[in-house]
Amino acid sequence: MSKIVADGIVIEHFSLAPMIKRLTLGAPAIARAAQPGQFVHVRVGEGYHPLLRRPLSIAEVDREVGNITVIYRIVGQGTALLASLPPGEFVDCMGPLGNGFDLNTERPLLVGGGMGLAPLLFLAKALCPKPVTALMGGRTKEELWWRNVFLGVCRSIHVTTDDGSMGRKGFTVNLLPELLENCKYDRIYACGPLRMMEGVARLARDKGIPCQISFEDHMACGVGACLSCTCAGTDGKRRKVCSDGPVFWAEEVLEL
Amino acid sequence: MMLAVDIAGIKMKTPVMTASGTFGSGPEYADFVDLNKIGAIVVKGTTLTPRDGNRGRRIAETPAGMLNCIGLENPGVDEFVSRILPGLAAYDVPIIVNIAGATTDEFAELARRLSVPGVAGLELNISCPNVKEGGIAFGTDCASAAAVVAAVRRNTALPVITKLSPNVTDIVSIARAAEDAGSDAVSLINTLLGMSIDIRRWRPELGNVLGGLSGPAIKPVALRMVWQVARAVKCPVIGLGGIMTANDAIEFLLAGASAVAVGTANFVNPRASVEIAEGIRDYLVERGIKHVSELVGRVNENI
Repeated sequence: MSKIVADGIVIEHFSLAPMIKRLTLGAPAIARAAQPGQFVHVRVGEGYHPLLRRPLSIAEVDREVGNITVIYRIVGQGTALLASLPPGEFVDCMGPLGNGFDLNTERPLLVGGGMGLAPLLFLAKALCPKPVTALMGGRTKEELWWRNVFLGVCRSIHVTTDDGSMGRKGFTVNLLPELLENCKYDRIYACGPLRMMEGVARLARDKGIPCQISFEDHMACGVGACLSCTCAGTDGKRRKVCSDGPVFWAEEVLEL
Repeated sequence: MMLAVDIAGIKMKTPVMTASGTFGSGPEYADFVDLNKIGAIVVKGTTLTPRDGNRGRRIAETPAGMLNCIGLENPGVDEFVSRILPGLAAYDVPIIVNIAGATTDEFAELARRLSVPGVAGLELNISCPNVKEGGIAFGTDCASAAAVVAAVRRNTALPVITKLSPNVTDIVSIARAAEDAGSDAVSLINTLLGMSIDIRRWRPELGNVLGGLSGPAIKPVALRMVWQVARAVKCPVIGLGGIMTANDAIEFLLAGASAVAVGTANFVNPRASVEIAEGIRDYLVERGIKHVSELVGRVNENI
Protein backbone atom coordinates (compact mmCIF):
# COMPACT_ATOMS: atom_id res chain seq x y z
CA MET A 1 0.00 0.00 0.00
CA SER A 2 1.82 3.05 -1.18
CA LYS A 3 1.33 6.60 0.00
CA ILE A 4 2.04 9.31 -2.52
CA VAL A 5 1.67 12.99 -3.29
CA ALA A 6 -0.27 13.49 -6.52
CA ASP A 7 -2.28 16.14 -8.31
CA GLY A 8 -5.92 15.09 -8.39
CA ILE A 9 -8.04 16.64 -11.11
CA VAL A 10 -11.48 17.87 -10.10
CA ILE A 11 -13.98 15.65 -11.91
CA GLU A 12 -17.18 16.63 -10.13
CA HIS A 13 -17.86 19.14 -7.38
CA PHE A 14 -21.32 20.02 -6.11
CA SER A 15 -23.37 20.87 -3.02
CA LEU A 16 -25.12 18.10 -1.14
CA ALA A 17 -26.65 20.43 1.45
CA PRO A 18 -26.00 23.97 2.68
CA MET A 19 -22.23 24.30 3.36
CA ILE A 20 -21.66 20.64 2.45
CA LYS A 21 -19.86 19.70 -0.74
CA ARG A 22 -19.06 16.49 -2.53
CA LEU A 23 -15.77 16.54 -4.45
CA THR A 24 -14.64 13.80 -6.82
CA LEU A 25 -10.99 13.83 -7.84
CA GLY A 26 -9.22 11.81 -10.50
CA ALA A 27 -6.29 10.34 -8.57
CA PRO A 28 -5.77 6.76 -9.81
CA ALA A 29 -2.83 5.74 -7.63
CA ILE A 30 -4.54 6.94 -4.45
CA ALA A 31 -7.83 5.36 -5.51
CA ARG A 32 -6.12 2.01 -6.07
CA ALA A 33 -4.49 1.99 -2.64
CA ALA A 34 -7.25 3.55 -0.52
CA GLN A 35 -8.92 1.54 2.24
CA PRO A 36 -12.09 2.54 4.10
CA GLY A 37 -11.18 4.77 7.05
CA GLN A 38 -8.15 6.34 5.39
CA PHE A 39 -7.89 10.01 4.48
CA VAL A 40 -6.25 12.32 1.98
CA HIS A 41 -4.27 15.37 3.07
CA VAL A 42 -5.20 18.12 0.66
CA ARG A 43 -3.32 21.29 -0.14
CA VAL A 44 -5.66 24.10 -1.04
CA GLY A 45 -4.04 26.61 -3.38
CA GLU A 46 -0.36 27.18 -3.94
CA GLY A 47 0.15 30.26 -1.77
CA TYR A 48 1.11 30.54 1.88
CA HIS A 49 -2.35 31.33 3.21
CA PRO A 50 -3.83 28.94 4.00
CA LEU A 51 -0.52 27.18 4.51
CA LEU A 52 -1.30 23.72 5.84
CA ARG A 53 -3.00 20.74 4.25
CA ARG A 54 -6.54 19.70 5.21
CA PRO A 55 -7.22 16.09 6.21
CA LEU A 56 -10.37 14.84 4.47
CA SER A 57 -11.88 11.37 4.94
CA ILE A 58 -12.24 9.37 1.79
CA ALA A 59 -16.00 8.87 1.34
CA GLU A 60 -16.05 6.92 -1.89
CA VAL A 61 -13.60 5.29 -4.27
CA ASP A 62 -13.96 4.15 -7.85
CA ARG A 63 -10.89 1.99 -8.38
CA GLU A 64 -11.64 1.19 -12.03
CA VAL A 65 -12.04 4.79 -13.10
CA GLY A 66 -9.39 5.96 -10.63
CA ASN A 67 -11.50 8.46 -8.67
CA ILE A 68 -11.73 9.31 -5.00
CA THR A 69 -14.59 11.29 -3.47
CA VAL A 70 -14.58 13.40 -0.32
CA ILE A 71 -17.59 14.98 1.38
CA TYR A 72 -16.71 18.01 3.46
CA ARG A 73 -18.24 20.89 5.35
CA ILE A 74 -17.13 24.43 4.58
CA VAL A 75 -15.82 25.53 7.97
CA GLY A 76 -13.02 28.00 7.30
CA GLN A 77 -10.80 29.65 4.79
CA GLY A 78 -9.24 26.44 3.47
CA THR A 79 -12.47 24.59 2.79
CA ALA A 80 -14.06 27.76 1.39
CA LEU A 81 -11.22 28.03 -1.11
CA LEU A 82 -11.49 24.34 -1.91
CA ALA A 83 -15.23 24.75 -2.47
CA SER A 84 -14.57 27.28 -5.23
CA LEU A 85 -12.62 24.87 -7.45
CA PRO A 86 -14.42 23.95 -10.68
CA PRO A 87 -13.93 20.72 -12.66
CA GLY A 88 -10.59 20.65 -14.47
CA GLU A 89 -8.67 22.31 -11.65
CA PHE A 90 -5.98 20.39 -9.79
CA VAL A 91 -5.76 19.63 -6.09
CA ASP A 92 -2.48 18.51 -4.50
CA CYS A 93 -3.35 15.33 -2.57
CA MET A 94 -1.19 13.34 -0.17
CA GLY A 95 -2.46 9.87 0.57
CA PRO A 96 -4.00 7.56 1.27
CA LEU A 97 -2.95 8.22 4.88
CA GLY A 98 -3.71 6.50 8.16
CA ASN A 99 -5.00 3.05 8.97
CA GLY A 100 -8.45 1.96 7.87
CA PHE A 101 -11.19 -0.22 9.31
CA ASP A 102 -10.88 -3.95 9.86
CA LEU A 103 -13.23 -5.49 7.29
CA ASN A 104 -13.46 -8.90 8.91
CA THR A 105 -17.22 -8.94 9.55
CA GLU A 106 -20.36 -10.70 8.35
CA ARG A 107 -23.02 -8.57 10.08
CA PRO A 108 -21.73 -5.03 10.49
CA LEU A 109 -23.45 -2.13 12.21
CA LEU A 110 -22.27 1.37 11.32
CA VAL A 111 -23.05 4.23 13.72
CA GLY A 112 -22.34 7.78 12.63
CA GLY A 113 -23.04 11.38 13.45
CA GLY A 114 -22.43 14.48 11.35
CA MET A 115 -19.39 14.45 9.09
CA GLY A 116 -18.34 11.21 10.81
CA LEU A 117 -20.60 9.52 8.30
CA ALA A 118 -18.20 10.30 5.43
CA PRO A 119 -15.66 7.50 6.11
CA LEU A 120 -18.54 5.15 7.00
CA LEU A 121 -19.93 5.59 3.48
CA PHE A 122 -16.73 4.19 1.96
CA LEU A 123 -16.84 1.42 4.57
CA ALA A 124 -20.48 0.56 3.75
CA LYS A 125 -19.70 0.32 0.04
CA ALA A 126 -16.61 -1.79 0.69
CA LEU A 127 -18.61 -4.22 2.85
CA CYS A 128 -21.31 -4.79 0.18
CA PRO A 129 -22.84 -7.25 -0.54
CA LYS A 130 -22.71 -8.11 3.16
CA PRO A 131 -25.85 -6.86 4.92
CA VAL A 132 -24.89 -3.44 6.29
CA THR A 133 -27.03 -1.71 8.90
CA ALA A 134 -26.51 2.01 9.45
CA LEU A 135 -27.58 4.07 12.43
CA MET A 136 -27.20 7.80 11.95
CA GLY A 137 -27.93 10.76 14.15
CA GLY A 138 -28.31 14.49 13.65
CA ARG A 139 -29.72 17.50 15.41
CA THR A 140 -32.56 17.97 12.93
CA LYS A 141 -33.84 16.33 9.75
CA GLU A 142 -31.95 19.01 7.77
CA GLU A 143 -28.70 17.35 8.84
CA LEU A 144 -29.80 13.92 7.70
CA TRP A 145 -29.44 14.35 3.97
CA TRP A 146 -26.91 11.61 4.69
CA ARG A 147 -29.77 9.12 4.63
CA ASN A 148 -30.18 9.57 0.87
CA VAL A 149 -26.45 9.09 0.40
CA PHE A 150 -26.53 5.75 2.24
CA LEU A 151 -29.74 4.50 0.57
CA GLY A 152 -29.00 1.59 -1.72
CA VAL A 153 -25.74 0.85 0.08
CA CYS A 154 -27.25 -0.46 3.31
CA ARG A 155 -29.71 -3.25 4.03
CA SER A 156 -31.39 -1.03 6.63
CA ILE A 157 -31.01 2.53 7.90
CA HIS A 158 -32.07 3.83 11.29
CA VAL A 159 -32.25 7.52 12.07
CA THR A 160 -32.38 9.63 15.22
CA THR A 161 -32.71 13.41 15.57
CA ASP A 162 -32.30 15.49 18.71
CA ASP A 163 -35.61 17.26 18.03
CA GLY A 164 -37.55 14.30 16.66
CA SER A 165 -38.02 15.94 13.25
CA MET A 166 -36.92 12.71 11.57
CA GLY A 167 -36.74 9.13 12.80
CA ARG A 168 -36.57 8.47 16.54
CA LYS A 169 -36.23 11.47 18.90
CA GLY A 170 -32.99 11.34 20.83
CA PHE A 171 -29.43 10.24 20.20
CA THR A 172 -28.04 7.23 18.37
CA VAL A 173 -27.01 5.69 21.69
CA ASN A 174 -30.65 5.79 22.82
CA LEU A 175 -31.80 3.69 19.87
CA LEU A 176 -28.74 1.45 19.77
CA PRO A 177 -29.75 -0.96 22.61
CA GLU A 178 -32.93 -1.82 20.71
CA LEU A 179 -30.99 -2.60 17.55
CA LEU A 180 -28.59 -4.78 19.52
CA GLU A 181 -31.52 -6.68 21.06
CA ASN A 182 -33.14 -7.35 17.70
CA CYS A 183 -30.16 -8.40 15.68
CA LYS A 184 -26.84 -10.15 16.20
CA TYR A 185 -24.14 -7.85 14.85
CA ASP A 186 -20.58 -9.14 14.88
CA ARG A 187 -18.87 -5.74 14.51
CA ILE A 188 -19.73 -2.12 15.26
CA TYR A 189 -18.02 0.79 13.54
CA ALA A 190 -18.57 4.29 14.93
CA CYS A 191 -17.49 7.73 13.76
CA GLY A 192 -18.76 11.06 15.02
CA PRO A 193 -18.67 13.15 18.21
CA LEU A 194 -16.45 11.68 20.95
CA ARG A 195 -19.34 11.33 23.41
CA MET A 196 -21.33 9.37 20.84
CA MET A 197 -18.43 7.03 20.14
CA GLU A 198 -17.89 6.46 23.87
CA GLY A 199 -21.56 5.60 24.32
CA VAL A 200 -21.55 3.23 21.36
CA ALA A 201 -18.31 1.58 22.50
CA ARG A 202 -19.74 0.96 26.00
CA LEU A 203 -22.85 -0.71 24.64
CA ALA A 204 -20.72 -2.76 22.24
CA ARG A 205 -18.47 -3.89 25.09
CA ASP A 206 -21.48 -4.88 27.21
CA LYS A 207 -22.67 -7.08 24.34
CA GLY A 208 -19.20 -8.42 23.63
CA ILE A 209 -19.16 -7.01 20.10
CA PRO A 210 -15.78 -5.79 18.80
CA CYS A 211 -16.00 -2.06 18.07
CA GLN A 212 -13.86 0.24 16.00
CA ILE A 213 -14.02 4.02 16.16
CA SER A 214 -12.48 6.72 14.03
CA PHE A 215 -11.03 9.93 15.49
CA GLU A 216 -10.50 13.31 13.95
CA ASP A 217 -8.15 16.03 15.17
CA HIS A 218 -6.22 19.08 14.04
CA MET A 219 -3.06 17.89 12.31
CA ALA A 220 -0.20 19.38 10.35
CA CYS A 221 1.91 16.60 8.84
CA GLY A 222 -0.57 13.71 8.54
CA VAL A 223 2.20 11.11 8.79
CA GLY A 224 3.11 10.96 12.48
CA ALA A 225 5.92 13.50 12.53
CA CYS A 226 4.56 16.68 14.12
CA LEU A 227 2.64 15.12 17.04
CA SER A 228 -0.20 17.65 16.83
CA CYS A 229 -2.86 14.95 16.95
CA THR A 230 -1.68 12.43 19.53
CA CYS A 231 -3.95 10.91 22.14
CA ALA A 232 -3.48 8.68 25.16
CA GLY A 233 -3.86 4.95 24.69
CA THR A 234 -5.43 2.95 27.51
CA ASP A 235 -2.14 1.03 27.84
CA GLY A 236 -0.36 4.26 28.79
CA LYS A 237 1.34 4.58 25.43
CA ARG A 238 0.63 7.53 23.12
CA ARG A 239 -1.17 7.12 19.80
CA LYS A 240 -0.98 9.33 16.73
CA VAL A 241 -4.43 9.90 15.26
CA CYS A 242 -2.97 10.47 11.78
CA SER A 243 -0.72 7.43 11.47
CA ASP A 244 -1.69 4.94 14.22
CA GLY A 245 -5.35 5.81 13.55
CA PRO A 246 -7.58 7.46 12.64
CA VAL A 247 -9.30 4.09 13.16
CA PHE A 248 -8.70 2.42 16.53
CA TRP A 249 -10.21 -0.47 18.43
CA ALA A 250 -12.39 1.26 20.99
CA GLU A 251 -10.68 -0.23 24.04
CA GLU A 252 -7.31 0.90 22.70
CA VAL A 253 -8.06 4.61 23.18
CA LEU A 254 -11.29 4.96 25.17
CA GLU A 255 -11.67 4.46 28.93
CA LEU A 256 -14.97 2.56 28.97
CA MET B 1 29.75 17.54 -4.70
CA MET B 2 29.00 21.24 -5.15
CA LEU B 3 26.47 20.99 -2.32
CA ALA B 4 28.45 18.91 0.19
CA VAL B 5 29.23 20.70 3.43
CA ASP B 6 30.94 19.90 6.70
CA ILE B 7 29.23 21.50 9.66
CA ALA B 8 31.30 21.15 12.82
CA GLY B 9 32.52 17.76 11.62
CA ILE B 10 29.13 16.53 10.43
CA LYS B 11 29.50 15.67 6.77
CA MET B 12 26.37 16.40 4.77
CA LYS B 13 25.61 15.73 1.09
CA THR B 14 23.63 18.94 0.91
CA PRO B 15 23.36 22.00 3.16
CA VAL B 16 19.64 21.37 3.63
CA MET B 17 18.65 19.67 6.87
CA THR B 18 15.22 18.97 8.34
CA ALA B 19 14.30 20.92 11.46
CA SER B 20 13.58 19.26 14.78
CA GLY B 21 9.93 18.52 15.48
CA THR B 22 8.88 18.72 11.85
CA PHE B 23 10.22 15.46 10.46
CA GLY B 24 9.81 12.90 13.24
CA SER B 25 12.97 10.83 13.18
CA GLY B 26 12.80 10.49 9.40
CA PRO B 27 11.08 7.20 8.49
CA GLU B 28 7.70 8.91 8.93
CA TYR B 29 8.44 10.60 5.61
CA ALA B 30 10.23 7.73 3.83
CA ASP B 31 7.22 7.03 1.58
CA PHE B 32 7.46 10.50 0.12
CA VAL B 33 11.13 11.47 -0.03
CA ASP B 34 14.48 9.70 -0.31
CA LEU B 35 15.97 10.25 3.14
CA ASN B 36 19.44 9.55 1.74
CA LYS B 37 19.27 12.82 -0.20
CA ILE B 38 18.76 14.99 2.87
CA GLY B 39 21.70 16.90 4.37
CA ALA B 40 20.92 15.79 7.90
CA ILE B 41 17.86 14.84 9.90
CA VAL B 42 17.40 16.58 13.23
CA VAL B 43 15.28 14.29 15.37
CA LYS B 44 12.34 15.55 17.43
CA GLY B 45 13.27 17.00 20.85
CA THR B 46 14.25 14.17 23.17
CA THR B 47 14.10 14.24 26.96
CA LEU B 48 15.46 12.02 29.72
CA THR B 49 12.07 10.50 30.51
CA PRO B 50 9.03 10.07 28.24
CA ARG B 51 6.76 13.09 27.91
CA ASP B 52 3.08 13.15 26.92
CA GLY B 53 3.22 16.77 25.76
CA ASN B 54 0.61 19.44 26.34
CA ARG B 55 -3.11 18.88 26.69
CA GLY B 56 -5.71 20.40 24.42
CA ARG B 57 -5.39 21.68 20.91
CA ARG B 58 -1.78 21.81 19.77
CA ILE B 59 -1.76 23.64 16.46
CA ALA B 60 -3.46 26.63 14.93
CA GLU B 61 -3.03 28.05 11.46
CA THR B 62 -2.14 31.73 11.17
CA PRO B 63 -1.47 33.96 8.17
CA ALA B 64 1.41 32.36 6.27
CA GLY B 65 2.30 30.31 9.30
CA MET B 66 1.24 28.14 12.18
CA LEU B 67 1.39 28.08 15.95
CA ASN B 68 2.26 24.92 17.86
CA CYS B 69 2.37 23.97 21.50
CA ILE B 70 3.22 20.27 21.26
CA GLY B 71 5.14 20.43 24.53
CA LEU B 72 8.04 18.09 23.70
CA GLU B 73 6.05 14.89 23.47
CA ASN B 74 8.61 12.12 22.97
CA PRO B 75 9.25 8.54 24.09
CA GLY B 76 12.36 9.44 26.10
CA VAL B 77 16.04 8.98 25.34
CA ASP B 78 16.31 5.29 26.24
CA GLU B 79 13.43 4.34 23.96
CA PHE B 80 15.00 6.44 21.22
CA VAL B 81 18.38 4.75 21.54
CA SER B 82 17.05 1.20 21.85
CA ARG B 83 14.07 1.23 19.51
CA ILE B 84 14.24 4.13 17.02
CA LEU B 85 17.95 4.69 16.41
CA PRO B 86 18.73 1.15 15.13
CA GLY B 87 16.13 1.60 12.37
CA LEU B 88 17.83 4.77 11.18
CA ALA B 89 21.03 2.87 10.39
CA ALA B 90 19.35 1.76 7.16
CA TYR B 91 19.70 5.30 5.82
CA ASP B 92 22.85 7.06 4.70
CA VAL B 93 22.08 10.39 6.38
CA PRO B 94 23.56 12.04 9.48
CA ILE B 95 21.22 11.87 12.47
CA ILE B 96 21.37 14.82 14.82
CA VAL B 97 19.37 14.48 18.01
CA ASN B 98 17.70 17.54 19.50
CA ILE B 99 17.86 17.28 23.29
CA ALA B 100 15.90 19.14 25.95
CA GLY B 101 16.68 18.98 29.64
CA ALA B 102 14.82 20.46 32.58
CA THR B 103 18.18 21.05 34.29
CA THR B 104 21.80 21.41 33.28
CA ASP B 105 22.45 17.95 34.71
CA GLU B 106 19.71 16.49 32.52
CA PHE B 107 21.31 18.00 29.43
CA ALA B 108 24.61 16.43 30.47
CA GLU B 109 23.01 13.02 31.03
CA LEU B 110 21.19 13.18 27.70
CA ALA B 111 24.49 13.96 25.97
CA ARG B 112 26.13 11.00 27.68
CA ARG B 113 23.38 8.53 26.76
CA LEU B 114 23.29 9.73 23.16
CA SER B 115 27.03 9.46 22.59
CA VAL B 116 26.56 6.20 20.72
CA PRO B 117 27.20 5.00 17.15
CA GLY B 118 24.53 6.28 14.77
CA VAL B 119 24.27 9.72 16.34
CA ALA B 120 26.19 12.30 14.31
CA GLY B 121 25.63 15.27 16.57
CA LEU B 122 23.51 16.89 19.24
CA GLU B 123 21.35 19.98 19.02
CA LEU B 124 20.73 21.64 22.38
CA ASN B 125 17.17 22.82 22.66
CA ILE B 126 17.50 25.83 24.93
CA SER B 127 14.69 27.53 23.08
CA CYS B 128 11.47 25.53 23.35
CA PRO B 129 8.71 28.03 24.23
CA ASN B 130 6.16 25.35 25.15
CA VAL B 131 7.38 23.71 28.34
CA LYS B 132 7.34 25.03 31.86
CA GLU B 133 10.69 23.83 33.09
CA GLY B 134 13.91 24.10 31.15
CA GLY B 135 13.65 24.87 27.48
CA ILE B 136 13.62 28.55 26.81
CA ALA B 137 14.69 29.44 30.35
CA PHE B 138 18.21 28.40 29.34
CA GLY B 139 18.08 30.27 26.07
CA THR B 140 17.24 33.72 27.32
CA ASP B 141 20.18 34.14 29.66
CA CYS B 142 23.85 34.06 28.62
CA ALA B 143 25.14 32.41 31.80
CA SER B 144 22.51 29.65 31.75
CA ALA B 145 23.09 28.99 28.06
CA ALA B 146 26.84 28.77 28.64
CA ALA B 147 26.34 26.42 31.59
CA VAL B 148 24.24 24.02 29.53
CA VAL B 149 26.71 24.02 26.65
CA ALA B 150 29.65 23.48 28.97
CA ALA B 151 27.92 20.61 30.77
CA VAL B 152 27.10 18.90 27.48
CA ARG B 153 30.60 19.58 26.18
CA ARG B 154 32.11 17.72 29.14
CA ASN B 155 29.93 14.67 28.48
CA THR B 156 30.25 14.08 24.77
CA ALA B 157 32.76 14.10 21.96
CA LEU B 158 29.95 14.61 19.44
CA PRO B 159 29.56 17.89 17.57
CA VAL B 160 27.32 20.19 19.61
CA ILE B 161 24.90 22.63 18.00
CA THR B 162 23.05 25.11 20.17
CA LYS B 163 19.57 26.07 18.97
CA LEU B 164 18.79 29.66 19.78
CA SER B 165 15.53 31.33 20.69
CA PRO B 166 14.39 34.48 18.92
CA ASN B 167 12.41 35.46 22.02
CA VAL B 168 15.30 37.47 23.46
CA THR B 169 16.46 41.07 23.41
CA ASP B 170 19.90 40.28 22.05
CA ILE B 171 20.34 36.96 20.27
CA VAL B 172 23.95 37.79 19.40
CA SER B 173 25.04 37.75 23.03
CA ILE B 174 23.46 34.31 23.57
CA ALA B 175 25.15 33.00 20.43
CA ARG B 176 28.51 34.28 21.62
CA ALA B 177 28.00 32.76 25.07
CA ALA B 178 27.21 29.38 23.49
CA GLU B 179 30.25 29.54 21.22
CA ASP B 180 32.55 30.59 24.05
CA ALA B 181 31.28 27.68 26.17
CA GLY B 182 32.25 25.20 23.48
CA SER B 183 29.33 24.94 21.09
CA ASP B 184 30.58 23.82 17.69
CA ALA B 185 27.75 25.51 15.81
CA VAL B 186 24.56 27.44 16.43
CA SER B 187 21.17 26.97 14.78
CA LEU B 188 18.55 29.67 14.64
CA ILE B 189 15.77 30.48 14.97
CA ASN B 190 13.40 28.40 17.02
CA THR B 191 9.76 29.54 16.93
CA LEU B 192 8.56 32.99 17.92
CA LEU B 193 6.16 33.03 20.85
CA GLY B 194 2.66 33.83 19.60
CA MET B 195 -1.05 33.53 20.24
CA SER B 196 -4.37 33.31 18.45
CA ILE B 197 -7.89 33.70 19.79
CA ASP B 198 -11.18 32.10 18.72
CA ILE B 199 -13.52 35.10 18.67
CA ARG B 200 -16.64 32.92 18.69
CA ARG B 201 -15.72 31.33 22.00
CA TRP B 202 -13.52 34.10 23.44
CA ARG B 203 -10.85 31.52 24.09
CA PRO B 204 -7.28 30.99 22.97
CA GLU B 205 -7.14 28.57 20.05
CA LEU B 206 -4.28 26.63 21.62
CA GLY B 207 -4.66 24.44 24.67
CA ASN B 208 -1.48 25.93 26.12
CA VAL B 209 -2.69 29.50 25.36
CA LEU B 210 0.66 30.45 23.80
CA GLY B 211 2.54 28.64 21.09
CA GLY B 212 5.53 28.90 18.80
CA LEU B 213 5.04 30.62 15.45
CA SER B 214 6.70 29.06 12.41
CA GLY B 215 6.34 29.17 8.65
CA PRO B 216 7.01 31.80 6.00
CA ALA B 217 5.60 34.55 8.23
CA ILE B 218 8.75 34.45 10.40
CA LYS B 219 11.33 34.32 7.60
CA PRO B 220 12.35 38.02 7.61
CA VAL B 221 12.90 37.91 11.38
CA ALA B 222 14.91 34.70 11.13
CA LEU B 223 17.00 36.06 8.28
CA ARG B 224 17.79 39.22 10.21
CA MET B 225 18.93 37.23 13.25
CA VAL B 226 21.03 34.83 11.17
CA TRP B 227 22.74 37.80 9.55
CA GLN B 228 23.42 39.42 12.94
CA VAL B 229 24.74 36.23 14.53
CA ALA B 230 26.84 35.12 11.56
CA ARG B 231 28.77 38.38 11.70
CA ALA B 232 29.44 37.95 15.40
CA VAL B 233 30.54 34.31 15.78
CA LYS B 234 33.26 32.20 14.19
CA CYS B 235 31.43 28.87 14.39
CA PRO B 236 29.11 27.71 11.60
CA VAL B 237 25.55 29.01 11.66
CA ILE B 238 22.58 26.85 10.63
CA GLY B 239 19.78 29.08 9.43
CA LEU B 240 16.12 28.23 9.73
CA GLY B 241 12.77 29.91 10.05
CA GLY B 242 10.13 29.90 7.33
CA ILE B 243 12.22 28.45 4.52
CA MET B 244 9.81 27.20 1.84
CA THR B 245 11.84 27.46 -1.38
CA ALA B 246 15.39 27.33 -2.71
CA ASN B 247 15.32 31.11 -3.03
CA ASP B 248 14.52 31.41 0.68
CA ALA B 249 17.40 29.06 1.50
CA ILE B 250 19.81 31.04 -0.70
CA GLU B 251 18.88 34.21 1.22
CA PHE B 252 19.93 32.49 4.45
CA LEU B 253 23.21 31.31 2.91
CA LEU B 254 23.98 34.83 1.67
CA ALA B 255 23.15 36.15 5.14
CA GLY B 256 25.84 33.92 6.60
CA ALA B 257 24.34 30.49 7.23
CA SER B 258 26.61 27.58 6.28
CA ALA B 259 23.61 25.25 6.17
CA VAL B 260 19.87 25.63 6.47
CA ALA B 261 17.03 23.61 7.95
CA VAL B 262 13.55 23.17 6.57
CA GLY B 263 10.74 22.85 9.11
CA THR B 264 7.12 23.77 8.55
CA ALA B 265 7.60 23.39 4.77
CA ASN B 266 7.81 19.61 5.30
CA PHE B 267 4.15 19.61 6.36
CA VAL B 268 3.15 21.33 3.14
CA ASN B 269 5.52 19.52 0.81
CA PRO B 270 7.17 16.35 2.14
CA ARG B 271 9.85 16.64 -0.57
CA ALA B 272 10.73 20.23 0.37
CA SER B 273 14.19 19.45 1.79
CA VAL B 274 15.31 17.63 -1.35
CA GLU B 275 13.65 20.04 -3.79
CA ILE B 276 15.27 23.00 -2.05
CA ALA B 277 18.70 21.35 -2.36
CA GLU B 278 18.04 20.75 -6.07
CA GLY B 279 17.03 24.38 -6.45
CA ILE B 280 20.24 25.57 -4.79
CA ARG B 281 22.26 23.37 -7.14
CA ASP B 282 20.44 24.82 -10.18
CA TYR B 283 21.16 28.33 -8.91
CA LEU B 284 24.87 27.53 -8.56
CA VAL B 285 25.03 25.96 -12.02
CA GLU B 286 23.24 28.89 -13.65
CA ARG B 287 25.69 31.32 -12.15
CA GLY B 288 28.79 29.24 -12.66
CA ILE B 289 29.45 29.00 -8.95
CA LYS B 290 31.48 25.92 -8.08
CA HIS B 291 30.45 25.31 -4.50
CA VAL B 292 27.66 26.36 -2.18
CA SER B 293 30.17 27.63 0.38
CA GLU B 294 30.91 30.49 -2.00
CA LEU B 295 27.50 31.94 -1.16
CA VAL B 296 27.91 31.92 2.60
CA GLY B 297 27.83 35.40 4.08
CA ARG B 298 28.28 37.06 0.72
CA VAL B 299 25.41 39.52 0.99
CA ASN B 300 26.81 42.92 0.08
CA GLU B 301 25.48 45.62 2.34
CA ASN B 302 27.21 48.44 0.46
CA ILE B 303 24.28 49.39 -1.74
